[in-house]
Amino acid sequence: MSYVANTESEQKAMLETIGAASVEALFSPIPESLRLRRDLAIPGPFAEQDLTRVMGRIASNNRSVDDLVCFLGGGAYDHFIPAAVDTLSMRSEFYTAYTPYQAEASQGSLQAFYEFQTLICQLTGMDVANASLYDGASAAAEAVLMAMSVTGRQGKIVVAETLHPHARQAISTVLANLGPRIETVPCPGGFLNPTEANLALDDTTACLVVQNPNVLGGLEEMAELAQKAHAKGVLLVASVDPISLGILKKPGDYGADIVIAEGQGLGNPLAYGGPYLGLMACREEFVRKIPGRLIGQTVDRNGKKCFVLTLQTREQHIRREKATSNICTNQGLYALRAAIHLALLGPQGLKETAISCTQNAHYLANKLLASGLVQLEPDRAFFKEFTVKLEASVACKWTPREIVDRMLKEGYLAGYPTGNWLVGKGDCLTIAVTEKRTKGEMDQFVEAFARVATH
Amino acid sequence: MDKNQSTGLLFEISRPGRRAHRVGAPDVPEIPLETLFPGEVLAETPPALPELAELDVVRHFTNLSSKNMAIDCNFYPLGSCTMKYNPKRHERIVALPGFGAIHPLAPDSVSQGILELLYGMQKILAEIAGLPAVSIQPAAGAQGELTALLVAAAYFRHKKDYRTRVLIPDSAHGTNPASAALAGFEAVTVKSRADGLVDFEDLKLKVDNRTAVFMITNPNTLGLFDGQIAEITKLIHDAGGLVYLDGANMNAILGITRPGDFGADMMHYNVHKTFTGPHGAGGPGSGPIAVRDFLEPFLPSPVVVKTNNGYALDFDRSLSIGRVHGFQGNIGVLVRGYAYILTLGPKGLREVSEQAVLNANYLLALLKDAIEVPKGDRCMHEFVASARLLRREKRISAMDICKGLLDHGYHPPTVYFPLVVPEALMMEPTETESKETLEEYAKVFKAILAESAETLHHAPHTLGISRPDEVAAAKTPVLIWKN
Repeated sequence: MSYVANTESEQKAMLETIGAASVEALFSPIPESLRLRRDLAIPGPFAEQDLTRVMGRIASNNRSVDDLVCFLGGGAYDHFIPAAVDTLSMRSEFYTAYTPYQAEASQGSLQAFYEFQTLICQLTGMDVANASLYDGASAAAEAVLMAMSVTGRQGKIVVAETLHPHARQAISTVLANLGPRIETVPCPGGFLNPTEANLALDDTTACLVVQNPNVLGGLEEMAELAQKAHAKGVLLVASVDPISLGILKKPGDYGADIVIAEGQGLGNPLAYGGPYLGLMACREEFVRKIPGRLIGQTVDRNGKKCFVLTLQTREQHIRREKATSNICTNQGLYALRAAIHLALLGPQGLKETAISCTQNAHYLANKLLASGLVQLEPDRAFFKEFTVKLEASVACKWTPREIVDRMLKEGYLAGYPTGNWLVGKGDCLTIAVTEKRTKGEMDQFVEAFARVATH
Repeated sequence: MDKNQSTGLLFEISRPGRRAHRVGAPDVPEIPLETLFPGEVLAETPPALPELAELDVVRHFTNLSSKNMAIDCNFYPLGSCTMKYNPKRHERIVALPGFGAIHPLAPDSVSQGILELLYGMQKILAEIAGLPAVSIQPAAGAQGELTALLVAAAYFRHKKDYRTRVLIPDSAHGTNPASAALAGFEAVTVKSRADGLVDFEDLKLKVDNRTAVFMITNPNTLGLFDGQIAEITKLIHDAGGLVYLDGANMNAILGITRPGDFGADMMHYNVHKTFTGPHGAGGPGSGPIAVRDFLEPFLPSPVVVKTNNGYALDFDRSLSIGRVHGFQGNIGVLVRGYAYILTLGPKGLREVSEQAVLNANYLLALLKDAIEVPKGDRCMHEFVASARLLRREKRISAMDICKGLLDHGYHPPTVYFPLVVPEALMMEPTETESKETLEEYAKVFKAILAESAETLHHAPHTLGISRPDEVAAAKTPVLIWKN
């Protein structure tokens, strides 16, 4: 099976026009000693109905969030996706197009990405946003490279221990062969203490990277951190949850210089971790340093408003080894989905989603606390995700990992064992609650949790 | 038929109070937000997003979609981008809840299906590459390149063999030198010969004990297979360096020859090109890398492994470079690629390359009397024509030809790349196009060359807009809508 159109007789006619004896003859530039003279050892072929059955069997060996009630987050969230997001993004005029290099033939995608950039600025309160990056973790690494370029400081990068470990790891992997040292400020209290952060900052520091709400779910002291950073000429890179901005202050309002986010929650499916959507926005003055694609508004020769890829001289096509970033593709289709999602939600829909997440999360947290089996760790304001520490009476019987495994049998994704990510949190579980959860599901979850934790 | 209704910017068609998606009030007792958060963190109003009814949004994006060219509507011979047909069956498969609605941090015990698939994909990509170890984590080709170079840097550091240079042919894609610089190496350019292949003498002059990696695209960006490859890789290996294959052009050699067999030590795939993930108007991609066994310990973490208890994510990798991406990579693209490879099987995959090369040579044969093709009269899966003479003699540039093609409903070739060919027009028809599509395109292409320079300078005439003012766009950037 293949998707080749031409029949054998057509292929023969084509070879005659070319003046080649056979298809094989077209491969003569490849020396015989390098040719593979056997079939590849790979499975297939499968007719469409057989493929559908095989792939269906594989899919049925995964348990989805349609099947398990999801209280698991950790950077990927089970938010509701309106049907129109799927229907519109599946227009094949969008999803089978390539990068809009030919502006005249790409005004649909270009306008949608320009709208995406604007929506991200409205959401974050920043001046400029790009047309997306790969995901939240790689966006953190790009933000750090950008901060080095903006400030000219190559000495060090300061990150909070409460930044998502995937982001921390992406930063350290990408910086491994470049100048700056990475200083991770310990957060024993479950948040970055501004005084501690201040001690780490100096005049060789390019940026301070902080996540709000942080990896444990708690809110950071963003305004004070911004102030401390700016006093030393350090840029504040804020990693945010876009849904939280339905009720929380925008990063632009507390002084963030570069804002990054995992945009999965904006209309993109869980899909085992990707494709997701890296968001990046910054202040106007850094516009020529922002990595990735940018769409700009201009006019055509008749003065008609239109959109183009712009500021491409920053890109590696032209700058090659002098480019600020090697990023080439973005996540076009997922940026489109986010734009549709935000357009459907509007300000009220976003606010309602954020409120619903908050109320649900606090209901569940209070109910779990009331069971006497856990305590909040840390006991700080949180949005839709929170971390609990098992009481000694539970922890002496079960690890969080065992509780998660046993809760699977009850039909729940119960959360993430925090100790996998942070030292000293071996007795903790991080739990996320979205607008999709109902009171009934949460009541039953707490009952199941009590059963599992005490037996 | 006019398709402009509701296509004003979302912000212009917004009307105060309009609603589309509503979230019902939570069914739990509500606690006032002011008691849950310190006052200073709460916003007074939600972000000033546009306010629209659902039909506004649906009509807006549906009509916007009609302003795009796309594979499903138009022949799209965009060189180096491998714009082949994107099978519809893949879209139905990835939308199954067992693929679309699974959480990346769920315990392995409830993710056995996807882990089996990803393990299988690692094996398949290793077999096609002839290189045994695979990381599926990189999200795109450029990220794959960077990842492989970071792996090389970690390998040399581990051996305490400090090497500083990456050699790159001048015909390479611009991401190669950009990735080399990011991985901490100095990028050194190697010349191409007049026929477009690596200048072996120049390479010999530049290879020494500072050489960490030689990056090569083979077939190269001119669509030519470099038959010197075995000598080239021997030269690099004898100097203690590694050879990296940019897999952008794998569509030409699937099952024909393998990078590992011609001496490459590392490579990246573009799953979205070769194995037909839809391009999505600029992503998502997927750029897994395959490497030799001695580089395996340095691959990103995690990798998918098979154990006595089934499949698992292995994070226990002490020499790993770490992570370049969150979670496990662009899984949805890999699921499509896996479905594609299973559909074709070994013979079908080889047929892809055979027919891609046949189609490219056929198009070349149809066009070569009409426009200069400087580097030979045969090609692999793509070729590069030059409008150099047309420009000199008739004042018709490569860009003019592109804009003329747009008027006839064809997406133009890749233009002004590679840099080593003046007025380049890079054409890659792919294996999924029919003979008559290529013939019709060639006929139109020739007709355009016969048009007057005056007409072409003003093309396109029939799309919604004429050529945009890109200079003004870059000089005074307008990147967001403001009230």
